[in-house]
Amino acid sequence: MADVIWVYAEVSDDRLTPTSLEMLTKAAEVGQAEAILLGPAPEDAVQTLAKHGASKIYRCADVVYKDYLTLPAAETVAGLIQKNKPAVMLFASSYAGRDLASNLSARLDCGAITDVGDFVLKDGSVEATIPALGASYQNTSTLVSQGTKLLVVRPKSFEPKVNEKPVSVDEIPAASDEALRKVHMKERVAVKREGPQLDGAKTIISGGRGLKGEENFTMLKELADLLGGAVGATRAAVDAGWVPYAMQIGQTGKTVKPDLYIACGISGAVQHLSGMKTSKFIISINKDAEAPIFQYSDFGVVGDVFKVIPQLIDELKKRKGA
Amino acid sequence: MDIVVCGKVIPASSVTIEIEPDTKRMKRKGVTHELDPAAASAVEEGLRLTEKHGGTVTLITMGISDVTIGIRNALAMGATSAVHILDDAVAGSDTLATAKVLAAAIKKQPFDLVICATESSDSYSGIVPGQIAHFLGVPPVTFAKEITVDGNRITIKRQSEAGYDVVESTLPALVAVSSGINEPRYPQLKGIMAAKKKEIKVYTAADLGLAADQVGEKGAREKVLTIGRPPKRQAGKVVTDEGEGGKQIADFLAEIKVI
Repeated sequence: MADVIWVYAEVSDDRLTPTSLEMLTKAAEVGQAEAILLGPAPEDAVQTLAKHGASKIYRCADVVYKDYLTLPAAETVAGLIQKNKPAVMLFASSYAGRDLASNLSARLDCGAITDVGDFVLKDGSVEATIPALGASYQNTSTLVSQGTKLLVVRPKSFEPKVNEKPVSVDEIPAASDEALRKVHMKERVAVKREGPQLDGAKTIISGGRGLKGEENFTMLKELADLLGGAVGATRAAVDAGWVPYAMQIGQTGKTVKPDLYIACGISGAVQHLSGMKTSKFIISINKDAEAPIFQYSDFGVVGDVFKVIPQLIDELKKRKGA
Repeated sequence: MDIVVCGKVIPASSVTIEIEPDTKRMKRKGVTHELDPAAASAVEEGLRLTEKHGGTVTLITMGISDVTIGIRNALAMGATSAVHILDDAVAGSDTLATAKVLAAAIKKQPFDLVICATESSDSYSGIVPGQIAHFLGVPPVTFAKEITVDGNRITIKRQSEAGYDVVESTLPALVAVSSGINEPRYPQLKGIMAAKKKEIKVYTAADLGLAADQVGEKGAREKVLTIGRPPKRQAGKVVTDEGEGGKQIADFLAEIKVI
């Protein structure tokens, strides 16, 4: 019998998150995929989950899961795990996914493996690959606890695919204990972002400390416009207040996988590399020939960003005009 | 308000991390250590809250004797006292075993608020704070980018995919702070002198009432099977700009058919 693999499905911006569907695709490839979907969700969510391989969906639409963080969902999922004992449960490495896996790993005393890039199941045990961050080490790990293995999966580790299965929906009761309503979500504030978004961008032009100031990001914007891309940044540039957090790429920001990534004035700290190093083509410009980013680049220019980028912009305009 | 800060002291950023092949652990002994910048932000946040509301800041850390330098740094910043869990038995702990040790140490202190870094700079699993909160039985709030305390009510601006969420809870609670929540202060001479006289309590796992099979490698649920350098991405061509750098990039873009 196929191993039962659960996926904690998340909704953000009124749609299922891409990572939910990526994990489900993988789960359906290696076992029998089932999803848990708690809180309000778009109308077609069940259908979308089924389309990506879910054969069963545990569903409760109660708003308690949206209005109160972590604890109601943990109570519900812990109960379901104890009753149904899936072999593995996958969580996205997202704000909600990490918090939930963290609580469950302590509550069920089973531990969890985080930052998982891939996994295999062998005779009820799991072997997870944790890809290296930048130039550091990669490792494989297993969980020695009995019962369900909890894995927190990096976004974009798997390709979402359509793999439709007949689906059954199991409506489950909401967590109703008043004591679970401890962390109240009062307000969700969307910070307005301008220009093309990083998520899904085919081309990303990114700036780091070497850009020296907020005003110099206009140069990157111009380059991005010419190439039909979006502008990103390192944590250093965000921490310096030059650009908003929504533009941050790396360990504590977004993970991106564009076809083309142009790193401008970025040295290549491991935290940044972890968010972009699987890009198809990487071009970098940095004045320090020893910068680690060059080891990850398909093409690198050791030079001054303030000379190289304007020349590139001129050249692109010229070739476009030609 | 009594605040406990959980933070790590890690190999300094200038140190090239080495792995000990037999234990598959990071080499820590004899390596220069420093207070993790993420932990420094957590200490800073604790100091700012107690400067406003009064109270104490206690740093709790786990590690070998080499980490004392980082503990002194937190005390020099202004932390009131520190707790150091120093015990060979805790070496090899995974996230869960670490959380059990830290929670047991926190329970020995009076506390209204526990502040952790969301993730340390040397292993970034990001799940220890939530585990500690569970063992303490207090509400967890992670990824905080701003903390406000009013009486026993705590309001947090929490990082979200779209912007931020405003989240409210009651004390006692555990808050994990995002990197960049503040700019940690540098210790001043006066603070450095004062730190020398401040108390560092040292505990073993047994002092905390933990059995040998709950901590360290024996208590770990996660076992590392293999560790190694990843296959290197084939580094491409690197040229030095001699006035043609921008054009050369355009040529490369044409070569990969982007333009």
